[in-house]
Amino acid sequence: MAVVETKALAYTYPGGNKPSLRDVSLTIEKGEFVILTGPSGCGKTTLCRCFNGLIPHFYGGELKGDLRVAGLRVSEHQIYEMAKRVGLVFQNPENQLFALSVEKDVAFGLENLGMQREEMKERVDWALQMTGIEELRERAPHELSGGQQQRVAIASVLAMQPEIMIFDEPTSFLDPLGAQKIFEVINDLKNKLEVTVVLVEHRLDLASKYANHVIIMDEGKVVLDGAPREIFNSETAWLLGVGVPKAVRLWRLLQENGMVLEGVPVSSEEATRFLREILKQ
Amino acid sequence: MIEVKDIYFTYPTGVEALKGVPLTIGDGEFVAIMGQNGAGKTTLVKHFNGLLKPAKGEVLVDSVSTRDVSVAKLARKVGFVFQNPDHQLFSETVEEEIAFALRNFGFEEATIEKRVTWALNLLDLTEYRKTSPFMLSGGERKRVALASVLAWDPKVVILDEPTIGQDHRQKENLRQFIVQLNGQGKTVVVVTHDVEFVAECNPRVVLMSEGKIVADGEAKKILTDTALTLAASIVPPQITQIFLGLTDFGFSYDVIDVSEAKKILLDYFEEAKR
Repeated sequence: MAVVETKALAYTYPGGNKPSLRDVSLTIEKGEFVILTGPSGCGKTTLCRCFNGLIPHFYGGELKGDLRVAGLRVSEHQIYEMAKRVGLVFQNPENQLFALSVEKDVAFGLENLGMQREEMKERVDWALQMTGIEELRERAPHELSGGQQQRVAIASVLAMQPEIMIFDEPTSFLDPLGAQKIFEVINDLKNKLEVTVVLVEHRLDLASKYANHVIIMDEGKVVLDGAPREIFNSETAWLLGVGVPKAVRLWRLLQENGMVLEGVPVSSEEATRFLREILKQ
Repeated sequence: MIEVKDIYFTYPTGVEALKGVPLTIGDGEFVAIMGQNGAGKTTLVKHFNGLLKPAKGEVLVDSVSTRDVSVAKLARKVGFVFQNPDHQLFSETVEEEIAFALRNFGFEEATIEKRVTWALNLLDLTEYRKTSPFMLSGGERKRVALASVLAWDPKVVILDEPTIGQDHRQKENLRQFIVQLNGQGKTVVVVTHDVEFVAECNPRVVLMSEGKIVADGEAKKILTDTALTLAASIVPPQITQIFLGLTDFGFSYDVIDVSEAKKILLDYFEEAKR
C-alpha cells in the first residue's frame, strides 16, 4: 500500500527564481525504509516539507501536480492534520526541544491535540520506552548529550504515532557511535511498528544497510529510484557525486581491475562476508 | 605556532570542559581534532584565537599569550569558522558578509572588492553574490562562513565541523581545498567526527575524551586502533571494518584508504593464483 504518492509535483518558493521541485513522481510503500539523497540544494528537504504540508500551507507558493500522503491530498489538509500522520525530526535537536523536562517535551505535541491526561501519559511512556530514554524522563533536554537530545526529539515525534517519520540528516551533529545508535533506534521503530521511514542523508556509509529503497534527486528532479544495490552501483549515482558507501567503491575498484565479483555489498559487514566467501575458495 | 600549555577550563555552568591539555601545533600542520560529543574539542580550539581564556595554564600564538592580545587582533592571524553558520552570518547579502571583516581590518575598498571576488569564486558562490545568506541552504551558508574567513587570509584556519550538511562532492571539494590551503603553508585545524572524511585527508589526529587528549598521531594509526576509537565514541572507517573481519586470513586491519585496500586485495589474489 502506498503511503506517499506524488505525480508530476512541481514547486517554486515565493520569490524564488527557479523551481525547487520539477516533475517529481514517486511512490513510497508502507513500512519502507527510504533513503532520500542527492547533492546539496537538490530539493530533498523541499520534498519533505511537502510531505507534512509545510509546503504549501506554511511556506506559500504554488504546489502543482498531485500529492497524497497517508491517504490525504496534502493541499486540502492543514498542517495540524498532517502532523498527526507525518512526523518530522530535524538535523539539530536543539531547534526542536524547548521544555524544562524531557517528559514535557515529549507530551507537548499531544497536549496540542487536546488528548486526555491518561492517554497522554501512556503515549509518553511508550515513546520514551521505544527510544530507550525512560531514565531521562525528568532531565532538562538542554543538559543532555547531542545523541540523547536527538532521541528526545524522535520520542516527541513518535508520541504522535505518525504513519510516516521523516528524518532530515538526524545524525550530522552526533559522533559516529551516537549516530549509529540513532540509526538503530530508527530501524527498530520501522521493524516493530511498521512506521514508514524517510531518511534524508548524505553520509551513506552508516545508513545504507538499513534502507530498502533509495531515491536520489538532482536539480529538483528524481534521477534514481530503486533498491540500494542497483542505485549505488549505477553510473548516474557516481556521476552525481553521491556519497556511495566505501564498500561499494572498493567493490567497483576491484572489478575495474579484472576481478570477477558477484553482488554489491552496501555495508562493511556485507563486504566482509562476500570477501570471506571468495577467500575460502 | 600554537602552544597550549596544560590548560584547564570550566564553563560557568560548572562543566569542566578541559582538564589539563598540552598540545603544540606547528606552522603549516594539518590537524584533525576528534572525539565524542562533549569531549572538549570546540572548547579547546576556541582557546586558539582567544575566544576563551584558560582558567589555568596558557595558550601562546606565535609566542604571545592569548591573554595579552585582543581577540580582534588574534583573529587576523587565527581565523575561526563556526560549526553553525547562523552564529556567524548576519549581513544582507553574501557579498557584504564577506566584506564585513575586511572592512573591520581596515583593508582598502579596491582590495576588499578583489578579495571578495576571489573568495566567492573559490567557494563556488559567485552566483549568490547579491543573495541574502538566509535564503541559502545549510551547506551553502557554511561555505559563505568559510569564504568570509578565508577572505582576510589568516595564517591559521580553524574549521569547526566543516563537513556537516555538505554533500559528497562538496566534501571532496573541501578536502582538496584544505589540502591546497595546507600546501600553501597555512596551518589547518579541523574539529570533526566525520571519520570517513579524516580517513580521506589523512592528517595528524588529536583524539580527545572527557576534557583530555587520549591519543595524538597519524590518522591511520589512530582510526584503526579499535580500543581507542571505542573509547572516543568513534566508529573505525568502513574500510578498516571490512579488514577487521578478515584478520584470520592474515590481513592486517590498519587500512583506511580505498585504493590501498584495493591494492592489498589484488596483491593477495594475485599471489593466491600463483
